[in-house]
Amino acid sequence: MTGLNFVGAGLIVIGAGLGIGRIGGSAMDAIARQPEASGKIQTAMLIAAALIEGIGFAALFAA
Amino acid sequence: MKVFQRSLKYAMILLLMLTGTVIWASSGDEQHKSTGNPIDTKEEINAYIKHHLQDSHDFTFFTNGETGTHYGFPLPVILWDGGIKTFMSSKFHHGETVAESGGSYYKLYHGKIYKTDADGTITLDDHGHPTNAKPLDFSITKNVVFIILVAVLMFFMFTRMAKSYKGNLMPKGVGRMLEPIILYIRDDIAIPNIGKKNYKKYMGYLLTVFFFVWIINLLGLTPLGVNVTNNIAVTLALALITYFLTTFTANKNYWKHIFWMPDVPVLMKIILAPIELLGTFIKPFALMIRLYANITAGHIVLMSIIGLMFVFKSWIGSPLSFGLAFALALLELLVAALQAYIFTMLSALYFGMAVEEHDDH
Repeated sequence: MTGLNFVGAGLIVIGAGLGIGRIGGSAMDAIARQPEASGKIQTAMLIAAALIEGIGFAALFAA
Repeated sequence: MKVFQRSLKYAMILLLMLTGTVIWASSGDEQHKSTGNPIDTKEEINAYIKHHLQDSHDFTFFTNGETGTHYGFPLPVILWDGGIKTFMSSKFHHGETVAESGGSYYKLYHGKIYKTDADGTITLDDHGHPTNAKPLDFSITKNVVFIILVAVLMFFMFTRMAKSYKGNLMPKGVGRMLEPIILYIRDDIAIPNIGKKNYKKYMGYLLTVFFFVWIINLLGLTPLGVNVTNNIAVTLALALITYFLTTFTANKNYWKHIFWMPDVPVLMKIILAPIELLGTFIKPFALMIRLYANITAGHIVLMSIIGLMFVFKSWIGSPLSFGLAFALALLELLVAALQAYIFTMLSALYFGMAVEEHDDH
């Protein structure tokens, strides 16, 4: 039972990684469709990634 | 004047060079501590990391592990304990002796000041936490020194830039580097989120917080041993300012949307009100946690990987750790700027929500 901390940390990383990966993927698709909007898409992608990482880190600290 | 401009340029180049010597400096410090068998090394590294991430009441440049002498200078301690007591932290002698001031005795234990008797006894409870009384601590610690330093630096940079606008549209000197960034913050962060009507009220705070967080994050990566945003109290203060700004400059639409959301059935309104109220607290809280956790976790990981170099002590393991640490240091540079940008952007978003005019949904 003492190692459950690390199992929790691993789950958090899986969650954050999946979330950010999906955002990155859809951002790539969007840029491929419309290369001239790539600036705005990049900005939005970074914002969403930072929000998800915020939750990830907060949860990591609790674990 | 030209000499000042040149010296400012040199100061900034020097700052960039300091950033580039992250790994060298950290590993230089650790060498003093890693002696003995590998188990000792791991604990030394743990203790070093923990010590490195905390605030301290004196400014130690480096210590000689063998002889125990510290090179640095002490900072003043200001306590409030039924009256203002000030003294220099050299009376503490790095936590070994009891400081006496105006009749009461204080001892430094794990970086915090406690009130004790003349012997310096610290009574611990079951978990190992001291149960002595703590006076209110307003001392000028290392973090405070660096916040003041960055404030002075920013003041000089920006007044210099403002003066160079006299009579010509293009600034000279440091303004040339700062102008695109300021225009970016105005055109891509402030105006889209707050709107053209009242973005000017918030530009001062947005600019300040962006440059402050960016410079402080960068300074945390240098060998000066500064970690201001590592301290949750500092990020709490920044998030509190954002919270107060949104609360006190919000218009009626904002409060209406929180407590009595329009165009929604009455039952839902009653359910939504406490949730929205909690939301106003949680948003700045998330700002605080995001900045603190990103920077602190980055520092811990970076120093652990540097510590790995000393645990391995082999021909293959140590250079690989060095390469990984170098890559991580580059990532940290990106994170420094990114976190500043995110903090500013989300603050602008919250300000925009506070002053939003009512448009038909």
